[in-house]
Amino acid sequence: TSNMKLILIFSALFGATLCLETFVGHQVLRIETRNEEEVKKLQLLESLEHLELDFWINPSTPALPVDVRIPANCVQAVKAFLESHGIEYSILMEDLQVVLDEEKQDMAYSQQRERSSNSFNYGTYHSLDSIYAELDHLASEYSDIVSKLQIGESYEKRPLYVLKFSTGGSNRPAIWIDAGIHSREWVTQASAIWIAKKIASDYGKDPSVTSLLNKMDIFLLTVTNPDGYVFTHTTNRMWRKTRSKNQGSRCVGVDPNRNWDAGFGGPGASSNPCSDSYRGPSAHSEVEVKSIVNFIKNHGRIRAFLTLHSYSQLLMYPYGYKCTEPADYAELDALGRAAANSIQSLYGTTFTVGSICTTIYQASGGSIDWSYDYGIKYSFAFELRDTGRYGFLLPANQIIPTAEEAWLGLKKIMEHVRDNPY
Amino acid sequence: DIDDVGHKYHLELVLEDVLDKDRTVNCTAEVLYHLSNKSIAPDVQFTIEGELKNTDEADNIFYNRIKSLEKELVAENIPDSHGNVSPEMEPIHLLAWVASGYVIWQNSTENTKFQLAQIKHVKQVKRSDEYLQFDYVILLHEMVSQEIIPWQMTVLWHPQHGVQVTQDSRQPKHA
Repeated sequence: TSNMKLILIFSALFGATLCLETFVGHQVLRIETRNEEEVKKLQLLESLEHLELDFWINPSTPALPVDVRIPANCVQAVKAFLESHGIEYSILMEDLQVVLDEEKQDMAYSQQRERSSNSFNYGTYHSLDSIYAELDHLASEYSDIVSKLQIGESYEKRPLYVLKFSTGGSNRPAIWIDAGIHSREWVTQASAIWIAKKIASDYGKDPSVTSLLNKMDIFLLTVTNPDGYVFTHTTNRMWRKTRSKNQGSRCVGVDPNRNWDAGFGGPGASSNPCSDSYRGPSAHSEVEVKSIVNFIKNHGRIRAFLTLHSYSQLLMYPYGYKCTEPADYAELDALGRAAANSIQSLYGTTFTVGSICTTIYQASGGSIDWSYDYGIKYSFAFELRDTGRYGFLLPANQIIPTAEEAWLGLKKIMEHVRDNPY
Repeated sequence: DIDDVGHKYHLELVLEDVLDKDRTVNCTAEVLYHLSNKSIAPDVQFTIEGELKNTDEADNIFYNRIKSLEKELVAENIPDSHGNVSPEMEPIHLLAWVASGYVIWQNSTENTKFQLAQIKHVKQVKRSDEYLQFDYVILLHEMVSQEIIPWQMTVLWHPQHGVQVTQDSRQPKHA
């Protein structure tokens, strides 16, 4: 009976004393369960809170291994329990603290190397800290045209940094570009930092970029959702939303691209906090979104709003919250097609052009719908590579080609904005 | 629209070999989605005009390699966070892709669009017969809801007998 089992477990683990805070001597075990019965035994173990076992993969099905961190004082007792039940395990980490110390050393070393050798590798994916360090480096290397501003803080209090590209003037009309609003779309943050470098280094060399920056400013937010981005590195590579707590729910986060005040509450967004397209309790409830809204409103002269997503290879204009054409449909569609042709000219990558609603699905609360209804005519959303073979897990060797072709599309749009002031 | 039955689509498509982009073959298909109150997989009829590439040699090499492993193959996160797939794991990845196609077909409606996002975990199960068996837990990305759905599937494969998904079940999502 299960009562008997509980007594057996308690007596087997009687020797376990209070477990400490540091990770010295903590072991991480991998348990390969063979059947439902073994899974149930582990779930029983999981319920014994005083052991302070930290399950990295919880017992749920025999098809998945169970990974668990065990505080040092409980290691022997837990192993004895597993062995007495014939449950097989292997030791992933003999001493977690040693692993953590090594990892910290490795990261510090490569960060130091990057800093001193001044060689940011644009063809690989980076941590948030590494991207933020490169923003500073660009602002310093190209200080005559690049400066870094903070437009707010994320939910977990990380700074939201925007790079401003400007050759002077006072509150010139400007172009807004953002990336990484959905944290799992890693090629967008990676492309954005490449694009930052491209703009900075092309000024004075490329006639188009030069004439653009002589008339207009560019604002580039490379990591719109830093909390989510960190989470994709530390915990769940597929995380999409912000990391805000939802009242009354154990589920975390809001879809920041369903949170804008554009058809908010309409079809194409969920009211369930556990959903990956949860719109949030109210429009602009997410500080990441509110910070951008405030910036755009305070600036007053933003003329284009361009946002990067992945994947699907699409170039879209409003609307998403309704399936009716925007007033500027003809111009936006023609410009979108011209931009898609530019993209294709480089590596043959085809982007499908259309409104959000007719191209993917009806989705309310999206950023370019808000910007368009706010009065920013040139509002476009890009979905970068690929079309599903790797999806969010785009191999790093495709970062630079993706960024290069996206840049051509962005440039085409920006040239039109420069030449068609309003 | 077919009254009391569902919606039928006639499609003309071009199939492209993922491993050899220049190789294409034309295909026509008919897909019937049943009325939404029934959860039945859509009916699919198709004709391929031309031939698919012969992969016997590569199939046999992979088959023999796995058959001769001393310890059962176990792997996870394919591709990894950075999109890497090691060459030894590429056939495992492709096999998951094919098998997930079956799972996707069985669970598709006019309002879903599934892609295989990642193999979270794969474990080979040795068999006494000639088939190779792999137990997978995959992540499916559903585009309309944007959800990532874990799914368990048991896959059998043999070079001459092809792929079979003998068992599959949707798994609960972690909070």
